[in-house]
Amino acid sequence: MEGLLHQVLSGLATGSIYASMALALVMIYQATHHLNFAQGEMAMASTYLAWSLIAAGLPYWLAFVLTVGLSFVAGVAIERIVLRPLANAPVLALVIVFIGLLVIFNSVAGWIFTYTIKTFPSPFPPEPLFGGLISSHELGAMGVTLGMLALLYLFFRYTRLGLAMRAAAQNPVSSRLCGVRVGWMLALGWGMAAAIGAVAGMMIAPIVFLDPNMMAGVLLYAFAAALVGGIDNPVGAVVGGFIVGVLENVAGAYLIGTELKLTLALVVIVGVLVVKPSGLFGRVLVSRV
Amino acid sequence: MSALLEVAELRAFYGARPVLHGLSFAVPEGGIATLLGANGAGKTTTLRALCRMLRVEGEVRFDGQRIDGRSTEDIVRLGIAHVPDGRGTFVDLTVEENLRVGAITRRDKGIAGDFERVYGYFPRIKERRRQQAGTLSGGEQQMLAIARALMLQPRLLLLDEPSFGLAPLLVEEIFRIMRQINRQERVAILLVEQNASLALELADEAYLIETGRLVLAGKAAEIAKAESVRRSYLGY
Repeated sequence: MEGLLHQVLSGLATGSIYASMALALVMIYQATHHLNFAQGEMAMASTYLAWSLIAAGLPYWLAFVLTVGLSFVAGVAIERIVLRPLANAPVLALVIVFIGLLVIFNSVAGWIFTYTIKTFPSPFPPEPLFGGLISSHELGAMGVTLGMLALLYLFFRYTRLGLAMRAAAQNPVSSRLCGVRVGWMLALGWGMAAAIGAVAGMMIAPIVFLDPNMMAGVLLYAFAAALVGGIDNPVGAVVGGFIVGVLENVAGAYLIGTELKLTLALVVIVGVLVVKPSGLFGRVLVSRV
Repeated sequence: MSALLEVAELRAFYGARPVLHGLSFAVPEGGIATLLGANGAGKTTTLRALCRMLRVEGEVRFDGQRIDGRSTEDIVRLGIAHVPDGRGTFVDLTVEENLRVGAITRRDKGIAGDFERVYGYFPRIKERRRQQAGTLSGGEQQMLAIARALMLQPRLLLLDEPSFGLAPLLVEEIFRIMRQINRQERVAILLVEQNASLALELADEAYLIETGRLVLAGKAAEIAKAESVRRSYLGY
């Protein structure tokens, strides 16, 4: 019984990270109906940035804040420089761009930092808590991601900029007619998604270790999480993240073993698409023809 | 009355295809002008062209200033509020949030008071202010769209078919409120309508468009008497 509880708790911890990556995906999807396949690699690049800053002697939390800030700027820049010129391009062109970004980030990281696996420090003490039920990093990671999600909620719910971003995502034409600068709202969305990814990367790196392919699996779980929750619903993405995290851990421990864990993400993706494509909280799309 | 909006030789294009072929008209300061015409004549396109939502040529002056080269977002900031066809409701936002989006370009302290002012015109909207806007009826969404536009404190209101899909009683109510808004707020209105008799009753100036060309212009009262308009658009 205690073993199961341990698996569930540690599933919730990784689930909080899947939840944030899923939220990053959903933020961009909601506004543009594009799935950013490079989201994971952007997070990986951010984590390497944090690693370099820490290796250069900066204290952890300063490196953390700097990484989040720089990732935000990089996200905005990617939208402005790479995606803006493709605003009216067909969706396949964008898919290629996202895959291109993925390969570029992955290869450049490998080129600069090599493919050797590195350890990434945790800001939390190494002792396990509650008699070994959960490690303090797991609990800390959960706290950090939940805190971030709460901040995002407050931002979107109560600030003027948050309202403008929600309006722009929902009805771009009507937003422009109200004076919202929709193009900049998209760029801000990219910046925020990149910043969320940076936090997720720094929180997962002490668990999966740092290498250029560290986010490949995480992104798959995040896709599964976003689909479970409903691809256009931010709350759903977060709930989906926790569900997938727990499912992955429990199934890995009791059903299929750790080697097949990633398969589970794909099974979930296919399963949701076949049985309930709108997910738990998603909107069923009906269009008149 | 001097003209608040002056349009000269306005041409507009969907892609490379011209859809407006040189329209010239004006909206007087604080007055009401209406664009009439059949389906597909180019009325909605004209409003969209004024807000630079498609490629345009020609000259558009607002309060004497050229605005035809500016972006939609900047044109809005000059005080031109556009109530689009389809009403442009933000369906997942609450009614009150919809109104806040309408005031999003404003930085002054008067916004709180404007909620009450706007609710004064549309008490029904006030009752529903915490509801998701998508749950409103068509008439209520039309009221919300006008209310949202008023939150900008506009000098010119562009209204695209406010009567569309609404019951006749509701249409009369909305037209009555529009007249009230025009008088009390000194807001000029450019109205696009299929319901020609109602529009001509409300407006001072009227323009008749056929396939992207202006075919008749004058005082609304005179246009209403014109033989061709009576037969084709008023139906008697």
